[in-house]
Amino acid sequence: MREITYQEAIREAMSQVMREDERVFILGEDIGVYGGAFGVTRGMIEEFGPERVRNTPISEAAIAGAAIGAALTGMRPIMELQFSDFVTIAMDQLVNQAAKIRYMYGGKASVPMVVRAPGGSGTGAAAQHSQSLEAWLAHVPGLKVVQPANAYDAKGLLKAAIDDNNPVIFYEHKLLYSTKADVPEELYSIPLGQADIKRAGSDVTLVSTGIMVQKSLTAADLLAKDGIQVEIIDPRTLVPLDIKTIVSSVKRTGRCAVVYEAVKRGGYGAEIASLVAESEAFDFLDAPIIRLGGKEVPIPQSPELERHAVPQVEDIVEAIRNMMQKA
Amino acid sequence: MSIPLAKRDWNGNDVLHLYYQMWLIRLFDEKVDEMFAKGLIHGTTHLCVGQEATPVAACAALMKTDKITSTHRGHGHCIAKGADVSKMMAELMGRVTGYCKGKGGSMHIADLEEGNLGANGIVGGGIPIAVGAALTSNMMKENYVVLCFFGDGATNEGSFHEALNLAAIWDLPVIFFCENNQYGMSGSVKEMFRIQDIADRAVAYGMPGHVVDGNDLEAVYDVVACAVARARSGAGPSLIEAKTYRWKGHSKSDGRKYRTREEETAWKAKDPIARFKSRLIDEGIATEEQLNDIQARAKMEIERAVSFAENSPYPTLEMLEEDVYAH
Repeated sequence: MREITYQEAIREAMSQVMREDERVFILGEDIGVYGGAFGVTRGMIEEFGPERVRNTPISEAAIAGAAIGAALTGMRPIMELQFSDFVTIAMDQLVNQAAKIRYMYGGKASVPMVVRAPGGSGTGAAAQHSQSLEAWLAHVPGLKVVQPANAYDAKGLLKAAIDDNNPVIFYEHKLLYSTKADVPEELYSIPLGQADIKRAGSDVTLVSTGIMVQKSLTAADLLAKDGIQVEIIDPRTLVPLDIKTIVSSVKRTGRCAVVYEAVKRGGYGAEIASLVAESEAFDFLDAPIIRLGGKEVPIPQSPELERHAVPQVEDIVEAIRNMMQKA
Repeated sequence: MSIPLAKRDWNGNDVLHLYYQMWLIRLFDEKVDEMFAKGLIHGTTHLCVGQEATPVAACAALMKTDKITSTHRGHGHCIAKGADVSKMMAELMGRVTGYCKGKGGSMHIADLEEGNLGANGIVGGGIPIAVGAALTSNMMKENYVVLCFFGDGATNEGSFHEALNLAAIWDLPVIFFCENNQYGMSGSVKEMFRIQDIADRAVAYGMPGHVVDGNDLEAVYDVVACAVARARSGAGPSLIEAKTYRWKGHSKSDGRKYRTREEETAWKAKDPIARFKSRLIDEGIATEEQLNDIQARAKMEIERAVSFAENSPYPTLEMLEEDVYAH
């Protein structure tokens, strides 16, 4: 198998689906000859032309609304939000329209669309271009939320998201774009709602999302040197959430930590921690569930401040060590 | 100046059917008003009494395969596009036989089979969706046009401006149809606009703008037919502003303190139904007696709708969690 980057995997999934299905098209800002702010659609306008790789004005509400209207009438649009932060200016369309149309219409309509949203900090782009707002969208019934952590997952999950008959918010992490993994050349699908055990372990269950999966893997290697065996579970999709895999792991390890990049207060990790606390795994817990999340600040520009605003490998290592000592 | 009614082409519609539809709309909304007052309908509603000419004329200029998007004040649009008033009344009464199984209510009726992509509770929310539906028509060469209804208030929302620009640059087959009924809830157009005619905003997006007397069925029909022909030929969108008046309050609990009774009386003298009735009689198309029979037939239809709705069951509790996601 060949290795490709996360960015290439996303482009490959879109291109392969678009070759098969004429109803799939992309729309967004600067996605044409420019190739998108992060180069994800580079080369696509040359293959598919400007009708199916539609460069739009800077009008997030209209882009989202146009995607919804197209989806409602039989297309399967992929909308690229230039930065996931810009979801704020498309919020009415996503929350009041896309998420609710099916229910409000008594199940008569569907809105099969994907919103690709590059998120996360670490690029020095500061407060308005570095957020992780996935919990907002995960809160809204009618939307699905996907957060791939590596190139293999990105390709398979994007294929599943495009095939899904609902609006799916697909969170890409900017720092993952250049990371590589083994990715099959053929098109494949990873079902939404299926967690992945990224590393098996017996001492503590670490539920990680997005970029935190990579950091957790590095932390787990360090902790293994101390004899602490960490099991890393990547839910891969927040909605639907595969809580079963998480609960069954916690029952085996007796400890649960949740790590996410978003601001800790009200982040989706709080939902995961609550679900574990409410589950049958509660009786198996040897220590309180802990959460690691971003500090309650806007993301700053200055490099060291930015690094300290979100959990890093050393924070994960320290938290897990403390947890093991307390038990 | 105007062509005799008998010699006009109404896009295959019987002119007396248009008269019937105007009565069906008025009597539907008057019945809804009465039922709200008696506490027989739950929630809220927005009535279009006095605005019957705009939906009937605009939809008469469309083909059955053409589509519309509607607004919170949408009963008239729905009826004019061919909806069954029984299923509408059932929807307002929260019954399972309604258009949306009772889950949507007055503000969310959609009738996809007749090309009604849905009413909308968010002012301006449907405008970009209409653009997306028109995009499907172009991309899949389906040759339908989309008529997008909205009110004067919606033209101060960002979605209006973003959507008009997008439709213009892509030459999409949309007719942006503004029913300027002089008030956005309590906000008068005199207070909320510096311009006399909202249609002037078309200039900013490079499309034709037309002002029309919204209480004149023929005039509205003519201008919409012209915009439809332009859209269908691939020449792009138009903006039409139809000046009309909402006889009732904004919603069920409006004391109408922001306007005078004299103003209301002056507008009621321009009653679109009475005006059309006079022309039908003057030009010998129908006698007063025949027209009274048509009105009586519309009244019976509304009585049938109420009876159908009252005798329909409510949705079961099992249905609460259905239709959130498509499979």
